[in-house]
Amino acid sequence: MEASQLFTRQTKAIAVARRSLLIIESIPGIRYDEIVDVQLGSGELRTGQVIEVGKVMTVVQVFGGVSEVDLLRSKVIYKGETLKLPVSPDILGRIFDGSGYPIDGGPPVVSDSYLDINGIPANPASRIPPAEFIETGISAMDGLNVLVRGQKLPIFSGSGLPHNKIAAQILRQASLKAKSEEFAIVFGAIGVSYDDANYFIENLETTGALSRAVAFINTASSPVIERLSTPRLALTAAEYLAWERDMHVLVILTDITNYCDALRELAAMRGEIPSRRGYPGYMYTDLASLYERAGRIEGREGSVTIMPILTMPDDDITHPIADLTGYITEGQIVLSRALERKRIYPPIDVFLSLSRMMKEGIGEGNTREDHNNVFMQSYAVYAEGNYLREISTVIGSEALSERDKTYLRIADRFEQEFISQSETERRSVEETLNIAWKLFSALPVEDLKLIQQEYIDRYLPKR
Amino acid sequence: MGKIWRISGPVVIAEDMRGSQVYEVVDVGDARLSGEIIGLESDKAVIQVYEDTGGLRVGEPVAGTGEIFTVELGPGMVGNIYDGVQRSLVTMKEEIGDFIARGTRIPALDPDKKWSFTPTVKAGDKVSEGDIIGTVPETGLIEHKIMVPIGMEGTIEGIKEGQFTIRDTIAVLENGGGKKELTMAQRWPARKPRVYKRRFDPEDLLVTGTRIIDYLFPLALGGKASIPGGFGTGKTVNLQQMARWSQTHLNIYVGCGERGNEMADVLHSFKKLKDPATGRMLQEKEIFVANTSNMPVVAREISIFIGITMAEYFRDMGYDVLLVADSTSRWAEAMREIGSRLEETPGEEGFPTYLGSRLSSFYERSGRVECVGSPRRMGSATVIGSVSPPGADFSEPVTQATLRIVDALYSLDVALANKRHFPTINWLQSYSLYADTVDRWWKKVSEEYTYVRNQTLTILQKEADLEEIVRLVGPEALPEDDKLLLLVARMIREDYLMQSAFHPIDTYTDPARNHKMIYVIIKFYEMSRAMVESGALVSDIAGMKLKQRISRMKDIPNEEFDKYIADLLLDIEKSSIHEEGGG
Ligand SMILES: Nc1ncnc2c1ncn2[C@@H]1O[C@H](COP(=O)(O)OP(=O)(O)OP(=O)(O)O)[C@@H](O)[C@H]1O
Ligand SMILES: [Mg+2]
Repeated sequence: MEASQLFTRQTKAIAVARRSLLIIESIPGIRYDEIVDVQLGSGELRTGQVIEVGKVMTVVQVFGGVSEVDLLRSKVIYKGETLKLPVSPDILGRIFDGSGYPIDGGPPVVSDSYLDINGIPANPASRIPPAEFIETGISAMDGLNVLVRGQKLPIFSGSGLPHNKIAAQILRQASLKAKSEEFAIVFGAIGVSYDDANYFIENLETTGALSRAVAFINTASSPVIERLSTPRLALTAAEYLAWERDMHVLVILTDITNYCDALRELAAMRGEIPSRRGYPGYMYTDLASLYERAGRIEGREGSVTIMPILTMPDDDITHPIADLTGYITEGQIVLSRALERKRIYPPIDVFLSLSRMMKEGIGEGNTREDHNNVFMQSYAVYAEGNYLREISTVIGSEALSERDKTYLRIADRFEQEFISQSETERRSVEETLNIAWKLFSALPVEDLKLIQQEYIDRYLPKR
Repeated sequence: MGKIWRISGPVVIAEDMRGSQVYEVVDVGDARLSGEIIGLESDKAVIQVYEDTGGLRVGEPVAGTGEIFTVELGPGMVGNIYDGVQRSLVTMKEEIGDFIARGTRIPALDPDKKWSFTPTVKAGDKVSEGDIIGTVPETGLIEHKIMVPIGMEGTIEGIKEGQFTIRDTIAVLENGGGKKELTMAQRWPARKPRVYKRRFDPEDLLVTGTRIIDYLFPLALGGKASIPGGFGTGKTVNLQQMARWSQTHLNIYVGCGERGNEMADVLHSFKKLKDPATGRMLQEKEIFVANTSNMPVVAREISIFIGITMAEYFRDMGYDVLLVADSTSRWAEAMREIGSRLEETPGEEGFPTYLGSRLSSFYERSGRVECVGSPRRMGSATVIGSVSPPGADFSEPVTQATLRIVDALYSLDVALANKRHFPTINWLQSYSLYADTVDRWWKKVSEEYTYVRNQTLTILQKEADLEEIVRLVGPEALPEDDKLLLLVARMIREDYLMQSAFHPIDTYTDPARNHKMIYVIIKFYEMSRAMVESGALVSDIAGMKLKQRISRMKDIPNEEFDKYIADLLLDIEKSSIHEEGGG
């Protein structure tokens, strides 16, 4: 019975093959969303997915396109399943492609546990708010835009900006403050160049982190449709390691822009009505189905922290990809071309950057008691200096008062001394906070009104 | 019983569905996913499914329930957390674990919990729809009034006092020979506004504890307001603040298509925080509806109506209820998604043409009313919705449609967010049509309210005008009185308008304290203006100890605050006299 059922779950009755779609006469028992094999006349197999099923006709989207599909000899074989990933602790140290096949020359992962790559939403009542400070060693983050376990915090970059360097630095340096526990790393490369993908793999290799990492690589030359499955495979691996293996997992996904472009391409092929700039109207929900897989769950040891990287077309933060991401993630780290031109590394624009989970992760017991005050005061001082810098471009800095000139200088020093650091420098959060105090000491003490007196007494360097 | 005929995303078409009705709830497929009929055509029904449709097959059964979508109402709601179709997420967690499985049936109200019911009517009393027949102390803050369900009337034949579950009969109603057993629970249709006897204009301040809202752009009990803003501008924090501190009887927080971690944060913080007026745990006056962005899209649409139906139910008990919805844009997007699956002709930016009317069918259910039933009582439902405009561009359809409906607007400003000026409510673009009516309420706090409010708004407006000049000539080139205005405007912004949601004292400001804080700054302005007129330099005024003391007033605990302000005012007074005497 089982075998004959399998046998009948295939058909040659393809009515239409257009763009990436096949319209096929329905046979009984087709499941919405299920995976199919499309066998070409030549015997070549392609994967597809049921995107609409009716009593009469079924629509299948073919990964890799319909070129060479003919209506006489090609065959559609229904698998009865949605896309799944075999999971076991052996996935650590391995490299897979965007369909989940090993590409590191190693054997396939043997497991009897298969997970649906779409995951299952966590019950909001089971989640616990992320709160554990992750020390990245980067001042612009640890001081002002703190990353915590279970957070989703993207890097908004532009083409040619050093997002890969920063992400690699975070991968190398990230650790929990008190414990020196190491993260398991899941890396998802989506439509990036071979070099970019390799940069990360090599980085992991040289630091010896590869043995606690899993990579899913879809390069620019791999099938477009697999750009959609790559992050889902990566996140499924991450969830497995976190929820079933008690690991703290840091997921890097790059580049989300390629992901969204693939989404747009496939939507256009389906003839869907596009929303802003041609991207589908459901892109918010689709991106959320990825990003929301970050978190902490009550009673489970592990955590999933996600750092997606995206390049903003035209450096435009209101572009739908950045915009919708910002609407879902818990803040963003924004890179600035202006700082890059000033040769500031990392060129993090702290005004546009934000970490929304910060308040729980800082202060006494997490970082240091004065952290929140220093954070607020830093923004106030730098914002003031920045504002004066703007107006002084018109009126000249000579027209400013002495007080204003001090602020102007501080803004520059803030960039050079606080934000700027080397690619290999790993600053402790105390060092980061102390740099801020050093800058504050150039100001009249009564200007430090966002800081409690006792911290001023304790931390302000004596002049 | 029908059968699945076609599946496309969350939309399923079923055949053999003759006899069904639009908005009827149906069970879809072998997994019994819950769905709702949104259209009928000969024997086919178009169904929106509230759960993930992956894996469904053509030919699987579709069963009608004969009922339209209703909300289950009764003791056990307060403190609970519901998903978009009113399944209790707390119960779900206990029964099936940490992840949301499809087709799970979870009751909204605990069927086994016993509540203590005290009748307020007796056998022989004639009652009808909406009449209160008894009470249940649901939490320390909410006394649940049990009302005669919609459409029922008659004579009480018997009514019992004691411990009952929501399934037990607590009273029997006799009507022309027929008998009806009443329980403590009832069901109301989600999409239908609850009727009332009379509607009144909102006129009492809804105290939110956020200074700029309460003082400059006040909201009234029964009002409707909107908070639009780009990502990260503070919509969620503002709504959470209102749901935390508002001086209402009950708050309903609807998280619609937003973040799971944020919901976790709200849920956890409400377990720890206390209501400032009563000292009771906030959880005792809160209901949560959480349909996060990774939960099924279609359920977003109904979740908003579930929330507002709950609000009307508690309003009908005579309570002041606040409902906050974050974010109505995600709700609108859900409608867009369904619309496009149905191949409807889209309106602007692909949103359905009925976007505006659907939005108003939600906001219009706010109001201050005399409720149906006896005893006579007034209740109110206030509604605040956030809007998430793409690219923070307010010209988009959802923001624009919302602006035509609401009477108060809290416009959030990306530039302020970048500078970390929170809340980012822009004082030049926000407005409240309730300002004139709640004026009377504020007069009870201070006769000078109108004057101080106007002064504040004027200073801020002038600052914006001067700002343009400063950008051309620099601050030093301004005359002294303008410099002073800039200085005071800055004090207003930094020492008054900026309010940290995370500071234990600053997070909530009661109206009396609110007034005093801004009053001091306005008095300081009057004093220093006199000083400048008699020749003092603004740079000297900027260095005054007095000014520094004002900048610290946010941190002063409530117990010490009145004295702190009294001292400040006294010193301002002294300085003025000194000035006048000296000059
Ligand atoms: N009143 C406030 N006090 C202090 N910080 C605030 C306040 N309001 C907002 N913030 C800060 O701004 C961040 C963003 O706020 P919030 O999450 O409410 O934005 P949002 O408008 O809801 O964004 P999104 O549309 O992406 O959900 C918060 O995480 C917090 O750090
Ligand atoms: Mg929000």
